[in-house]
Parts: sequence; structure tokens; C-alpha cells
Amino acid sequence: MSSNVISFEPWADAQAVEASVEPAFHKIVVDQIHKSFVTADGTLEVIGGISFKVARGETIAIVGPSGCGKSTLVNILAGFDKPDRGSVTVDGKPRPRASPQGIVISQQGSVFPWLTVYENIVFGLDGLDAQQKRDVSHQLTELVGLKGFERSYPNELSGGMLKRVELARALAVKPEILYMDEPFSALDALMSLRLRTELLELLQKQRQTLLIITHDVEEAIHLADRILVLSTRPAKIKSSFEVPLPHPRKLTSPEAQGLKERVLSELGL
Amino acid sequence: MRQAYNSKTVLMPTLLVAALLGTWWFAVVRTESSIFPTPWQVATGALELVEDGTLWDHILASLLRVAAGFGLAVALAVPLGLWMGRVSSAYLTLNPVFQMLRPISPIAWIPIAILWFGVGNASPVFLIFIAAVFPIILQTAVGVHTIDARFLRAADNFGVPRGKLFARVVLPAALPQILVGMRVSLGVAWLVVVAAEMIALRSGLGYLIMDSRNAGNRYDLVVAGMIIIGMIGLLLDTIMRSFEGLKSVRWRYVK
Repeated sequence: MSSNVISFEPWADAQAVEASVEPAFHKIVVDQIHKSFVTADGTLEVIGGISFKVARGETIAIVGPSGCGKSTLVNILAGFDKPDRGSVTVDGKPRPRASPQGIVISQQGSVFPWLTVYENIVFGLDGLDAQQKRDVSHQLTELVGLKGFERSYPNELSGGMLKRVELARALAVKPEILYMDEPFSALDALMSLRLRTELLELLQKQRQTLLIITHDVEEAIHLADRILVLSTRPAKIKSSFEVPLPHPRKLTSPEAQGLKERVLSELGL
Repeated sequence: MRQAYNSKTVLMPTLLVAALLGTWWFAVVRTESSIFPTPWQVATGALELVEDGTLWDHILASLLRVAAGFGLAVALAVPLGLWMGRVSSAYLTLNPVFQMLRPISPIAWIPIAILWFGVGNASPVFLIFIAAVFPIILQTAVGVHTIDARFLRAADNFGVPRGKLFARVVLPAALPQILVGMRVSLGVAWLVVVAAEMIALRSGLGYLIMDSRNAGNRYDLVVAGMIIIGMIGLLLDTIMRSFEGLKSVRWRYVK
């Protein structure tokens, strides 16, 4: 607790702090966060001091071996969990709380099975009348390719369609940040590739800041402006790679393949 | 899965019922019982009640009592169960008491019901309420407890207000379990109304049975009453089960 107090000074004026401490274009600033869990066998340090910055509109991919604490990192960034030490600042405000500003999309997905596709998409919309909700849903179903499925229930849809519903539900609340935790890893390779391509098209139009966690290096190269490679537990940032390739990216190009080799060798492969 | 009406779902049960009726008939004729009725006597006895209109009055009286007691139980138990499911201190405080009250047979409450509510309609409604309320409370609490954490987290992420959280997430997520509790409760409620009517009342199917025996050993009407109770019980259960087919509920049963 005491360490929290040090790092999470209640700022008198968040705007002033943003101006003086961090350049305004940094959407997310992560500073030396640590996180441990108490288990039956003692204390397990999961995150061992991670720092990085994400610019507004940037896409960051975080790759690392399984079980290295990637999901814990997302939980902390999105405000579902607190670091033991260190600080997270989103838009200049310290200690983010879970909010529609940053929506998490996880591997399992969390589309509500008891609501129709339409009801899921408009779930996060408050204070809009029925017609406005229909307009939002209309735009989004068009955008993500769910036209004609508004009245379907999730168990009538395929895995790829469910991801589209989840994405549409997230985009409906106009989040500034999307946190994606292994979003496509439960899908087959072809569907995963297709959804990645669609996601890139969406990002061109919507310009969200995207932080994607993955163990798929190719996915990271396909999507990200920058790739952070994490070490095994306790996770630290081992290295960082810029991805200077223009979109649409060709994953079979020599540059992409060369980058893939370097990232993989960082992962010890 | 809904099964098609084929030989397995219709023919076999029908054959079994026919065999039971045949055995019954044979046993009565063979033992030359002067008091136990044959199936035919039961059928004509029931027809008599249909013709003079009293059967419908008795059925309606029983059903209205069940509707009142069961309705009150649902109205109290669902909000209480949701609250217990969400607030662990409420659960820890109330659950032991409910677990203790639950195994007390509603029949054991009859003397107290008569003491408190007299011999009018309030007594059986109270007994049905007592019988029906606990299964719904407990199943509702279980339903809320077992909501997958990722759904609650998603709701949290979207920052929905409390009322909407209950209406759109907690209640629909628990609904399949709530319906299980309601189905169990309705079955018990139907058992209890008949028992209550045998003791304290002047209408209803339970009263019909007792009255038929007391007023001249009309065992044909006793057995007719029993069979009608069974058929209505089956009908009520079928209605409850049909809710499980709703699309907003069926997600729980399809993988």
C-alpha cells in the first residue's frame, strides 16, 4: 500500500501535469510497474518493472512467451487491476479506472449470449434514443460486415462473426484506446488473417490507439507500428522493434521475414 | 433438444398407460372389490363432475391459490436472490437461515397457517408461498454467483449504470437458473395446494378428494381427482419447460 501512495500522488491539476511532465501526444505512459501475486508457494513476481510510452493513434504489439504476464499487463493498463509499484498514466491522468475510453477485447470474448447482435452493439450506449441507436448499429454492422445478423443470437454465429460483434460493440462507444488480448488466437489461421486485415482498414478510418497482446509474431508485424518483446516471468521489456513497413503489408516480403527472424531470436527461437 | 413426436415419445408411454389401466381393471375385477373403482367407473365419475360443472370450479380454485402463492414467492424471491448473489454479506447472513427453513415440510406449517390466517384462502396461499419461495431464492443466488466474470468485467468496462447492469447483464445471465428454481417451486406448490385443501378448505381438488371420501365413499371421484391433479401437474411443468426454449434463455443449454 505504501508504495502506491508514492507513485499515485493525487495530482492537483492533471492538465498542468500533462503539459509539464509528458508531451501531449503520449496517450499512454507506463512507468516502472511491478506486480506480484501471492500463491500457495509464496509470492510470484509477474511483472518486474515495465516502462513504455504509446503515442496517440499508434499501434503497439506486445509479444512474449506464454504465461509471462501479458494479460496482467492489460488488466493494469485498462484499469481492472493496480500495479504494486510504478504508475500508469492515460491522457495525462494517473491511475486509470476501467471506462469506455479504453475497451478490452480478450481471447475468450465477452459478447453477451443472452442479447441479440443488435442489443450487444448498442449495449454501451446510454442517453441515445431508439432511432440514434439504430443509426449507430446500422453504421457499425455495415463497417464490420454484420449486415443482416442484427436479430441473431451469438450462439447462432461463428467465431469470426462473434469477434466482429465484439469489435462493433467496442467501437460503438467511440473508445480512444482498444486493448486487445490475444483477440484472434482462438480462430483458424485464415479467419485470423481476414480479421486482421479488416481491423487495419477500421483503424485507418477510426484512428484508435491500439495495444495488442499476442504470441503470434506475424500478427504483430502485420498490425503494429512498434513491437515490444517481453522476457519470461517476471516480465520486463527485452527489446523494441520499429515496423517501418507501409500498409498494406506483405508478410512474405524480405523485410517482414527478416524482422520476424529478429523478433523470434529475441524470443529465443 | 426438442424431440419430434414419434413412436418413442408417444407410442411407448401410451402403451405403458394402457398396460397400467389394464392391470388395474383386471385387479379390481379379480379381487371383486366392492369399494375400489374400475377405470371405467372413474371415467364416468369424472364425467359426472364435468357435467354438473363442479370440476371446473375445483380446478380453478386450486389454480388461483397456486397462482397467488407462487406469484408472491417469485416477486419476493427473485429480487432477494439477486441481492444475495451480488452482496456476499447478505448471502452469508441469510443463507443459513433459509437452509434451515427450507427442509421444513410445508405441511408442518399448516397448524401455524390456520392460527395466523384462519381457514380462508390466505392459509393455502401462505403455505404455497412458504413452499415456493426458498428454491427460487437459492437458485437465483446460485445463478448470479455463477455468472462468468468476463461478462461482469465487460459491463464494468462499458461503465453502464447500476440499473442497466441488473436489467441487461445480471438478471438475464441468471435467468436460466431462476427458471430452474421456478420449475421446482411450481411442482412443490402444486403438491402443497392439494394437501392444504384437504384440511382447511371447502373448494379445490384436495377438498374434492376428501369430500368424495367423507360423503359416501365415492372412491371413483377420489381416484378421478388424483388423476386430474397429476395431469395438471404435468401441464404446469410443460409450460415451465417451454420457457427454457426461449432464445434469450437457451444459450445456457447449447454449446
